[in-house]
Amino acid sequence: MELTGAEIVIRCLQEEQVEYVFGYPGGAVLFIYDALFQQDKVKHILVRHEQAAVHAADGYARSSENVGVALVTSGPGLTNAVTGIATAYMDSIPMVIISGQVPTFAIGEDAFQEVDAVGITRPCVKHNFLVKDVRDIALTIKKAFYLAKSGRPGPVLVDIPKDVSNQKTTFEYARNVDIRSYHPAGKGDSVQVKLAAKMLLEAKRPMVYAGGGVVLSGASAQLTDLVRLLGFPCTNTLMGLGGYPATDKQSVGMLGMHGTYEANMAMQHCDVLVAIGARFDDRVIGNVEHFAQVPRKIIHVDIDPSSIAKRVKVDVPVVGELKLVLDQLLSELRSEKRKPDAAELGAWWKQIDEWRAKGGGLRYKNSAEIIKPQFVIEKLYEITCGDAFITSDVGQHQMWAAQYYKFDKPRRWINSGGLGTMGFGLPAAMGVQLINPGETVACVTGEGSIQMNIQELSTCKQFHLPIKVLSLNNRYLGMVRQWQQFFHGNRYAESYMDALPDFVKLAEAYGHIGLRIDKPSDVESALKEAFSRKNDLVFMDFRTDPTENVFPMVPGGKGLSEVILAEEL
Amino acid sequence: MRHIISLLMENEAGALSRVAGLFSARGYNIESLTVAPTEDPTLSRMTIVTSGSDAVIEQINKQLNKLVDVAAVMDLSDGDHLERELMLVKVRSEDAACNELKHVLSSFNGRVIDESDSTCTIELTDTCARLDGFLQAIGRAYILETVRTGASGIGRGKRILKI
Repeated sequence: MELTGAEIVIRCLQEEQVEYVFGYPGGAVLFIYDALFQQDKVKHILVRHEQAAVHAADGYARSSENVGVALVTSGPGLTNAVTGIATAYMDSIPMVIISGQVPTFAIGEDAFQEVDAVGITRPCVKHNFLVKDVRDIALTIKKAFYLAKSGRPGPVLVDIPKDVSNQKTTFEYARNVDIRSYHPAGKGDSVQVKLAAKMLLEAKRPMVYAGGGVVLSGASAQLTDLVRLLGFPCTNTLMGLGGYPATDKQSVGMLGMHGTYEANMAMQHCDVLVAIGARFDDRVIGNVEHFAQVPRKIIHVDIDPSSIAKRVKVDVPVVGELKLVLDQLLSELRSEKRKPDAAELGAWWKQIDEWRAKGGGLRYKNSAEIIKPQFVIEKLYEITCGDAFITSDVGQHQMWAAQYYKFDKPRRWINSGGLGTMGFGLPAAMGVQLINPGETVACVTGEGSIQMNIQELSTCKQFHLPIKVLSLNNRYLGMVRQWQQFFHGNRYAESYMDALPDFVKLAEAYGHIGLRIDKPSDVESALKEAFSRKNDLVFMDFRTDPTENVFPMVPGGKGLSEVILAEEL
Repeated sequence: MRHIISLLMENEAGALSRVAGLFSARGYNIESLTVAPTEDPTLSRMTIVTSGSDAVIEQINKQLNKLVDVAAVMDLSDGDHLERELMLVKVRSEDAACNELKHVLSSFNGRVIDESDSTCTIELTDTCARLDGFLQAIGRAYILETVRTGASGIGRGKRILKI
């Protein structure tokens, strides 16, 4: 039997076991929506803006091991989706985006709602396709899913012209697909693994630096085994939080611009550094020249060879799927009679503890008069027993959530680390809630970020998503204000948020519950009330201290040891 | 340092722009880029002449390999290789300099492929450096037009780029 291109698209999604598609209809995807309407295996979540569709698919993917799927129309549908696609690309999130295109005969004629989707998205996708023949749809979608989730994951766009979605052909879905020019890495080279093991055993001041790759590869168990077997300190990047349990005694917390003093100092002073699924980016190691001043041996394990030796020189590169490489490394270390030098390691831990004492850990001065944002996160952690899925937007609140919510499990911390996309948190939380029904999902945001996709409160109402929104409302674009205070002479150019809406009324207008919390003494009771409402979305408008800053801070362009601690100001 | 990189890629619409886009997006240098299908019409072969520090060249090779459409990459500068570039030059030929031009031409193994009463078009195939040398030798004053293809490269002997 022959099917239309649109029907084939839906059949492919069924074959891929796709449960939810996040999207928004329009002219170029009408046939696809028509095919979607006539079946009930693949459910569609109608968002209120295409950017949110992609963020929701993204949150869906981050909090599960599935590929997220978004469906948008041509032209503005696609351009609205680009921020979401770039967000997923920067954080290597597996995703397939299907976009409608004007009919093949109209391409290039500046037709209504025409945009060069493949051209516009090229720099921010793992790969993309324009399908010009209905006979190619099934194989292209098969390839798209394979590319999205294999190797270093990433978003893949499939652009389908309207006429192609209405032409007919027979449907056949390939079991496997082989792309001759694409060979994702598998196991690591055994010689390199042996070298790495030897270097680790000989280390005197070792450091494990684990990134988002650990979470994406599902290698948290292996990482935890490795760190415990060796007795080494472990730091996680912003993207890697939960990859190693934050409450474990060998965790030194997050590193980087707002990382702990001990993590950053240990990074700077270790003699053997093993980077696992991390990429030494500017927010993590700061100034690369400063980082390179201290001689140390670096082992770098990553699935993507281009992440290795991109910013820093590496002594032992190991290319491979992290889970497999860590298994190799573990069996290598377990077969060794030698153990790391206990005396040296003890001295190193003593040094780390001294740094911990000097930095004072993560701390802030609480107040009885004004709500401190850190206090809200601490209470959130307590009330959710550290076991919620937390999404965040971008800014100060993101850093406080990363610092004060101790993630012990992977895929619980959902944030836009690479692109830093404000407006990510709420739509991402929708995807997280859908794939994790019955679980507690909270979106930590600010009054700036939340307004970038606040229309999604409507989607949450339609699909009964009981997300808890914690808006840390300091009436400022806080991170911008912080930089202006530190580096621009207190000139707060356009960082004050005037004419804010009444968020309680706004939440109510969307059919949700809104709470405004002004006093520190009301924080806990408000959170308890909100989280006790299992079936409701509760929007909490916390009026927080507008002058609070994020510490510690390594200023942009500085080295990891050139940190500003709270008391130095 | 100057590097000459060869690659095999799927002969598909947009493949060229993926490579060109990579170079501009990451701020890499392109001196020249040539591309055409191979004996297998589904594959194109591209030669890119670029320059950069060792670290940059390493990244260029890795980033090219990462493109899904790219099947194989070889930095020809890592070993013995040949490079050739085709150049067409139209020069003024009305005056006495013509004889000297023909003398230069023969020493560069070029040939005249078109002549009019005032112009003369020359075809030359050689390394990029030799072509530069030829242009210097005849002097800019005589040159009306220059068309160069950019270098094509191939490994020497048993050095083969194939999938």
